Amino acid sequence: MIHVENLTKYYNAFCAVDHISLDIHKGEILGLLGPNGAGKTTTLRMLTGYFMPTSGTIRVKDHTIDENPLEIKKLIGYLPESAPLYHNMLVYDYLDYIARIRGLDRNQKSARIRFLADTCGLNSVMHFPINDLSKGLRQRVGLAHAMMSDPEILVLDEPTSGLDPNQIVEIRDIIRQIGKEKTVILSTHILREAEATCDRVVIINQGKIVADDLTENLKKSAGKERVIHISLLNADRNAVEAQLMTIDGIIGIEPRADADGGKLDIRLTCQPAADMRENIYKAIKKTDWILIEFYQETKDLETVFRELTKEN
Amino acid sequence: MKQVVHILNKELKDYFISPIAYIVIAIFLLVTGWFFFTTFFLYNQADLRNFFNLLPITFSFVIPAITMRLFSEELGIGSYEILRTLPVTFRDIVIGKFLAGVLLIAAALIPTLSYPVFIAFLGQLDWGPVAGGYLGAVLLGAAFTAVGLFASSLTRNQIIAFIVGAIICFSLTLVDQMLFFFPRSTLGLIGYLGADFHFKNIARGVIDSRDILYFFSIIFIGLYCANLALREKE
Repeated sequence: MIHVENLTKYYNAFCAVDHISLDIHKGEILGLLGPNGAGKTTTLRMLTGYFMPTSGTIRVKDHTIDENPLEIKKLIGYLPESAPLYHNMLVYDYLDYIARIRGLDRNQKSARIRFLADTCGLNSVMHFPINDLSKGLRQRVGLAHAMMSDPEILVLDEPTSGLDPNQIVEIRDIIRQIGKEKTVILSTHILREAEATCDRVVIINQGKIVADDLTENLKKSAGKERVIHISLLNADRNAVEAQLMTIDGIIGIEPRADADGGKLDIRLTCQPAADMRENIYKAIKKTDWILIEFYQETKDLETVFRELTKEN
Repeated sequence: MKQVVHILNKELKDYFISPIAYIVIAIFLLVTGWFFFTTFFLYNQADLRNFFNLLPITFSFVIPAITMRLFSEELGIGSYEILRTLPVTFRDIVIGKFLAGVLLIAAALIPTLSYPVFIAFLGQLDWGPVAGGYLGAVLLGAAFTAVGLFASSLTRNQIIAFIVGAIICFSLTLVDQMLFFFPRSTLGLIGYLGADFHFKNIARGVIDSRDILYFFSIIFIGLYCANLALREKE
C-alpha cells in the first residue's frame, strides 16, 4: 500500500530522517515509536506531503509524492500533532469546510458529518467555536477531520497526547475500530499505547529505523539476558552473594540493602538459555532467609525500546 | 477551481464573522470620508478627484491590515499544516486567499458609491473619471492585496507581516514623489514603478493598457513571490 524507500530529510545541516525504508500494508495499524526528536513527526509530515523529502521516494498505491502529491493527499486523512485547527470556526462550520474541500457532495456531506459527530462524540459541541473546546474535544474534532473522506490511510501524530485516561481509551477504541478496514499509521512515545493498539511497531532513533517487527515478535526478542529480582529478609549481603554465585548460569549479582526492616533487594542477571528460578529457589531454601519477593522481569516493549534507543 | 472557491468562501466567512471586516471598513470609510468632505465644499467642484487622490495612501495601511492574517495566522497556530495536507495546490490556496482580500476591499468601496450619487445632485458630475476611479481603486486594491499576501507568507507574526506589507505599499505609492533621490538615468524606470502614477492615470478616466498591465504585473509578482515563500517552507 505504502512504499517508502531511502527517505531522508535534512533541516539545513541537521539530518532529521536518515534513509528510512518501509513497507506498509493494507489493513495494518503501524505504530511509529521513538524518543523526542527521533524523526517521527518529520516522517509523517513527509508521508502526508507537508514536507518534501530531501531525497528518497514515497509511493502510495500507484502515486509518488513528487509526481502526484494531490492524489496521495486525497487518499490520506491526517491529524497533525496537537490538532492545530482553525480557532475561530464553529465545529460544524469547520467539518463542513473540510467536507467541501474533500469533495463530498451535499447529501454525502450531511450524512458523513452526522456519522462522525456520533463516532467521535461531538454532538453536544457542534455549535461551539473550536477555541472554546478542551484539548480532548479538540483532538476528537481533529480525528473527525482526518476521517472525513473515509480515507484508505489514516495518519495520526500522537493522537492521544494531552488526553485524560478515559479519553485515551475512547480514542484507542476508535482507532482500533478504524484499523479493521483501513491502514492506520500512528506515532506515539507512550509504549503501552503502541502495545495495545498496533499490529506492527517501527522504532526510530536519531532518524534511523532501529526495529521494525510485529508487536509480539518485538516483545519476544526483548532482552538478551533474563533478569530476576529477589527480596530477602534476615539475610546478610556477603553470604547471599556467596551462596548464589555457586549456581551455574548466573552472570551477575547486584545486591542493594534497604534501610527499612533490613530488606535486601537483589537483581540477578542470568544467561538467557535456561530458566534459573528453580535452582535459585532451592539454594535459598537451604538457608534461613525469608523470601518476600521473587520474580522474573517480564519483557515488554519498554525494555526493547530502552535498549534500542539508549544513548550509547 | 472548486477548491479556490471553498478557500475563498472560508476566508470571507472568517472576515465577516469576526469583527475584522467591520472595523477595517469603518476605519476606511471614516478616514476617506473625513479627508474628502472637509475640503470638498471649499473647492466647489463636483468631482471625486480628492477622494481618489487619497486612496493610494489609505490603501497602503488598510490593506496590509486586512491581509496580514491570511498566512501569518495559519503559520502561527499551525493550521497551515492541515491546509497543506488537504487535496489543494499552492495555487488554490494563494488565489483563494487573494480573492477573499480583494472582495473585502470591494466591500469597503461599495458604501463610497454613495458619494458620487450624492454629488450628482449638487452639480454636473462627469461619470467617466468616477468609473475609471473605481476601476483603478479595485486594481490598486488587488495589487496591494497581492503585496500584503506576500508579506504575510513570510512570517508567522502578524505584526511583522503588517509592517512589511505597509512598507512595500507605501514605497510603491510614494516612490514617484521621491524621484530627486535617484540618478537621472533611472528616473523613467522608477517613475513607472510608482503605483500612484498609474492609479491617477486611470482615475482621470483614461484607460491605458500600460496602467492595466502595471497593476496586473504587481498582482502576478506578489502572488508568485507568496507562492515561492510558501514552497520554501517545505
